[in-house]
Amino acid sequence: MKNKFLAASSLALALGFAGPAQAQVEIQWWHSMGGALGEWVTDLAKGFNDSQKAYKVVPTFKGSYPESLTAGIAAFRAGNAPDILQVFEVGTATMMASKGAIVPVGKVMADAGKPFDQKAYISAVSGYYTAPNGQILSYPFNSSTTVFYYNKDAFKAAGIDPEKAPATWPEVALAAAKLKASGHACPFTTSWQSWTQLESFSAWHNTLFATKNNGFGGTDTRLVINGPLQVRHIENLANMAKQGLFVYKGRNNTPDATFPSGECAMFTGSSGLYGAAKKNAKFAFGIAPLPYYPDVPGAPQNTVIGGASLWVMAGKTPEKYKGVATFFDYLSSPDVQSASHKRTGYLPITTAAYQVTEKSGFYKENPGTDVAVTQMIRKTTDKSRGIRLGNFLLIRTIVDEELEQVWGGKKSAKEALDAATQRGNEQLAKFQAANKS
Amino acid sequence: MAAEKRVVFRSAWLPWVLLAPQVAVIGVFFFWPAAQALLQSFQQQDAFGISTEWVGLQNFRQLFSDGSYLESFKTTAVFSISVAVLGISISLLLAVYADRVIRGALAYKTLLIWPYAVAPAVAGVLWLFMFAPSIGVVSYALRKSGVQWNHLLNGDQAMLLVVMAAVWKQISYNFLFFLAGLSSIPKSLIEAAAIDGAGPWRRFWTIILPLLSPTTFFLLVINIVYAFFDTFGIIDAATEGGPGKDTAILVYKVYYDGFKALDLGGSAAQSVVLMVIVVALTVVQFRFVEKKVNY
Repeated sequence: MKNKFLAASSLALALGFAGPAQAQVEIQWWHSMGGALGEWVTDLAKGFNDSQKAYKVVPTFKGSYPESLTAGIAAFRAGNAPDILQVFEVGTATMMASKGAIVPVGKVMADAGKPFDQKAYISAVSGYYTAPNGQILSYPFNSSTTVFYYNKDAFKAAGIDPEKAPATWPEVALAAAKLKASGHACPFTTSWQSWTQLESFSAWHNTLFATKNNGFGGTDTRLVINGPLQVRHIENLANMAKQGLFVYKGRNNTPDATFPSGECAMFTGSSGLYGAAKKNAKFAFGIAPLPYYPDVPGAPQNTVIGGASLWVMAGKTPEKYKGVATFFDYLSSPDVQSASHKRTGYLPITTAAYQVTEKSGFYKENPGTDVAVTQMIRKTTDKSRGIRLGNFLLIRTIVDEELEQVWGGKKSAKEALDAATQRGNEQLAKFQAANKS
Repeated sequence: MAAEKRVVFRSAWLPWVLLAPQVAVIGVFFFWPAAQALLQSFQQQDAFGISTEWVGLQNFRQLFSDGSYLESFKTTAVFSISVAVLGISISLLLAVYADRVIRGALAYKTLLIWPYAVAPAVAGVLWLFMFAPSIGVVSYALRKSGVQWNHLLNGDQAMLLVVMAAVWKQISYNFLFFLAGLSSIPKSLIEAAAIDGAGPWRRFWTIILPLLSPTTFFLLVINIVYAFFDTFGIIDAATEGGPGKDTAILVYKVYYDGFKALDLGGSAAQSVVLMVIVVALTVVQFRFVEKKVNY
C-alpha cells in the first residue's frame, strides 16, 4: 500500500520534471561533492543546462569518494551504470585497467568533433590522466595539491616573522619549537599523511615513490618508499612527535578541522581546504609552498595532484556521448574554469583559466591562492609526474598503519617504511596479476 | 519424551510445501550468498568484473602468509570476548535492578531499550565525539584528572573505545531478554528461598542465575555473532581499525578489502574463513556450553 503510493508519487514527480524536456538527452552524473562543493556541482550542471537545449546533465550525490566508486561499480555490474562517474585520484589505476568499463575521454571528444587539446591543459594535471599512448582517459575535474598553511597570529605571538613562512623542514622544526615555547599545544600537524609526507614529498624532491616512473610505466611497479630520503624525513617527523612539535591528528582528512579552529598552528594538506579556512578561521593565515630539504639536489621540483576526475562509462548511445563531450567542452571554457577555481580552491586545469584568474586580480586580493598553481605548472620530470598505483587505497591504509606505529614510538622510521614497502608491494603484485591483459 | 503421541503426515509432498517458504528465505539470504562467497574466494576479479580468473587456493595462501591477518585473530578474540562478557554481565545487572523497581519501571525500561535503535555507525560516531582527543568532553575530563587519552596512537585505549561503543549498543537487546527471563521466574521460588533465610546475593546465584541459564546461553551465542559480524560500522566510524591494526577485527577487514579496496577475491576468502570460525564456535557452544544449561 505504502509502496504503491510511493511509486505512484515518484512516477508523478519524474513525469513532472521530464514533461517540458521531452526531446532532451539526459546525462546521469554521479559525484561525491557534498556540502558547499555539492552546491557548486549543481550550479555547474544548471549553467550547462541553461546554455543549450539538447542535453540535460543530472548530477546525483552518491556519498564519499570510495562510496560512489563502489556504487558505480555495482551499477555497472548490474548493467545500469551512470554516464559520468567521478572517481578520486586513488582509483585512477583501477579505472584505467578496466578497459571494457570505460570510454577514453579523448575518444569521446574526438568522436563528437571537439578534440581534446592536450597543450591547453596544465601538464601535471592532464598528464596524470593520460594513457602511455598519449590519449586522455578521464576528464580532470577537481584537482588539488598539497600546500603548507600557517597561522600568522600564532607566529606573531611566538615571536616569528609572520610574513616569512618556513620554507624548509629544518625551519619548520625551529618554528615549531618556538610555537611550543609560547604555549602552543599543537605546533604542526598534517592531513592525508601518505599523500603529503611521502607521495607529494617524494615528487617535490624529484625522488621516486615507486619504480616504473611511479606506476606510469606499467603495472609491474613496486614501492621504493624505504629510500634514504623518505626514512630521513619520517625520522625527522618522529623526533618532532617525540618532542610534541608534531601532533598526530588522525587519518585521511580528519585533521583538516584542526587548522581553521586554531588548534594547530602549522599544517600540510589539500589546497582545497582554502575555502573552509577562509570561511571559518578567526585569525590571519598564510599559504606557502610545501617545505623541503635544501641539501637535496633538484628540490623543490613540483607537487602531485589529488582530487578527482570524471570517467565516461561504456555501453551508452552515441547521442549520450555527444552530450558528455559538449558538457566537458563547457567545463573547459576559461570563464567556467576560472570561476570554479576562485570558488573552491581547486586548481584551474587550463593555462587560459589561470591567466583569466590572474588578470582578474584574484591572486593579488587573496595572497597565497596561487601557491598551489605555481607548484604545479612547472615542467614535470618522470619522477614527479604523479603517482598512479593499483590497489592504491589499500597501500595508503598500509602507510597509515605503519606511520601510526612510528608516531606511537613502537617502530623506527626505517622499520615502518620497510614494512610498508613490503606489504604495499604484495598489493601491487596482486593488482598486476589481476590486470594482466 | 517417549510417551509422547506422534502425529505422522503420510503425504510425501506436504512437508516440503510447508517447509518451502522457510527454505526459500534461508536459501536466498544465506546459502546463495554463502555459495557466491565460496566461489569468489577461489577467483581473482578486477573491480568491474570484466575479467575473472580461477586462482584456486591462492587467495587463502596470501591471507595466511600475511602476518597482520594472523594478528587480527588475536584482536578479534580480545574484542569479541570483551564485548560478550561485558555486554551480558552489565545488562544482567541492569535487568535485575530494573526488575526490582516498582515506581516508574516503564520509564526505566524504555530508556534502557533506546540505544538498540541507534545504527552501529552512529553509535561509533557518538562515542568518537565524546572521546575525540582534542574536542571530546570525556577526553577533556580525563585530561583534567591526569589521564592522557589519545586513542589515535594508543592501541589499548582505541580497543577500549570500540568495546565500550559495541557493548553500549548491545546492552538493550540483552536487557530485554533478561527482563523477560526474570519475569518468568516464579516469585514463589524466590520468596521460599527468602523465608529459608537466603540473602539477595545467595538467591541470585542459586535461583535466579540458574533459571536464567537458557537466556544467558542464547545471548552468549547471539553476542558472539554480533561481535563477529555486526560491529564493523562502529569500528569504521570510530577508529578505522587503527592505530596500526590494533582494532582491525576480522569482519572489518572483510568490509574494507571488499567495499573500499575492491579486492573481491581476498575479501571473499576472508569471509569464508570467518564463516568457518563462527560455525565452529557455535558448534562448540552447543556441544559443550549447552550441557550446563537447565531448561
